[in-house]
Amino acid sequence: MSERLLPAPGVTPETEAFVAAARAGRLMLPWCADCGRTHWYPRALCPHCSSTRLHWKPASGRGTVYSHSTLQRVAVPFTLAYVTLDEGPSMLTNLVDAPASGWHIGMAVRVQFQAAEDGTPVAVFSPDQPGSAGLARESGGGIAR
Amino acid sequence: MPIHPDPACIVGAFEHPTRKAPDKTVAQLHAECAAGALADAGLAKDNVDAYFCSGDAPGMGPTSMIDYLNLRVRHSESTDLGGCSYLALVAHARDAIAAGRCDVALITLAGRPRSEGHSGTTPRTRAGTPEAPWEAPYGLSTVNGYGMVAQRHMHEFGTTSEQLAWIKVAASQHAQHNPHAMLRDLVTVQDVLDSPLISDPLHRLDCCVVSDGGGALIVARPEIARSLKRPLVRVIGAGETVRHGRAGNVDLTTTGAAWSGAAAFAQAGVKPADIRYASIYDSFTITVLLQLEDLGFCKKGEGGRFVADGNLISGVGRLPFNTDGGGLCNNHPANRGGMTKVIEAVRQLRGEAHPAVQVKDCGLALAQGIGGNLATRHGSATLILERQ
Repeated sequence: MSERLLPAPGVTPETEAFVAAARAGRLMLPWCADCGRTHWYPRALCPHCSSTRLHWKPASGRGTVYSHSTLQRVAVPFTLAYVTLDEGPSMLTNLVDAPASGWHIGMAVRVQFQAAEDGTPVAVFSPDQPGSAGLARESGGGIAR
Repeated sequence: MPIHPDPACIVGAFEHPTRKAPDKTVAQLHAECAAGALADAGLAKDNVDAYFCSGDAPGMGPTSMIDYLNLRVRHSESTDLGGCSYLALVAHARDAIAAGRCDVALITLAGRPRSEGHSGTTPRTRAGTPEAPWEAPYGLSTVNGYGMVAQRHMHEFGTTSEQLAWIKVAASQHAQHNPHAMLRDLVTVQDVLDSPLISDPLHRLDCCVVSDGGGALIVARPEIARSLKRPLVRVIGAGETVRHGRAGNVDLTTTGAAWSGAAAFAQAGVKPADIRYASIYDSFTITVLLQLEDLGFCKKGEGGRFVADGNLISGVGRLPFNTDGGGLCNNHPANRGGMTKVIEAVRQLRGEAHPAVQVKDCGLALAQGIGGNLATRHGSATLILERQ
């Protein structure tokens, strides 16, 4: 699929640490020191217990496709998806580096970063093992929900 | 247990006949709808003492329209739950009347998305929202969000595009009788499958129309309702909620209708099998299927089988739905289909639907709406209406 210019996410006080880690190529997840849980999308207060004692930890960057849809009626078709991270939460993202017909629910994917129109790195996902874009893998969600 | 022994009634309902209004302002359309609903009720503007609107109304909340309409109100509200707002506002008006805060409530909706060039493929992330940094880069629009919802339902339950197409087929069967409907041609399951893929698995004919127009409702104190000459349509059950991504625990196959519907049924003291007619929000075919499951008309996962083979067609199936043609064929003014859902339910309860689609002895109806995007966060509102 040809390149689509990603709109800039904008940086806010709640996203700047995430963006800084992304510039170094790392996907981070917020974890709560009080309830021990992680969440998505990241915010300054834990949405499970309202604690502000949140800290960032690197994520595995691996997950599975929860659902996907490829928008056709635009200049550059692209694939919107939810990916369920191995740590548990599902995040909205784009799937890249495979034809639209190549995606299926349950497929193993791995994070990569693409520069948005203003250069901010944005987390997108591609098939986990190039050349085996049909390999399904159990999601290893390791956190209580 | 019904909590409202003598609830407020919907005494006026009006759907603007226009579907394209490049020569009118949004405020003007609101006012034309208000006048239409008042005439339908047999009431005058100065009888109105409460005004309700949502995000489609121009200006700060309800203030600009109250000024434009030259109303004197003692109660106003501008809750925005997207397309289902007007179902919630009917319940809020009923409750405000019960609390003694007003007697006659006017609710209006209007917009011109068709003239202004909106479509379901337009990115819909709002700048400044907390979710914007996590959604804007990814090109979330309405149709690709609902595409993911349909994809997941197919994966979990084996739902097919043919089954989804039956929802559009039923809507077109009804719309052929509506002279104001945007799309009046009958379509077949094959027509839906042959229409262009917009965002898989949704085809063009799985999507609602984009139309200009609007509608309005009048909700009145029961004593006032009984003094008018219109059939009484009582608001006996209501529920509303907001459902969302639950901090990352995403579940695309359950909607807020599971909560708002249960609340409305409990309040009305009736069950899904009692409902004779249902207006079900139909931004897309998949939207209808999910709400039917969540309202309890069938079990979760069985929506595909439930809607197949004409089960939603009036006079043919078990649950006549959207007998005006719905958003799929008739009208989706301001990209908000909740108002027209209430209006067609009122027509059915009054016996004023088109004779070809009128449900015989329609004494109990449900109207259900979704607002926002099922893929991210959405409002849901349910009304149960009874003819007295």
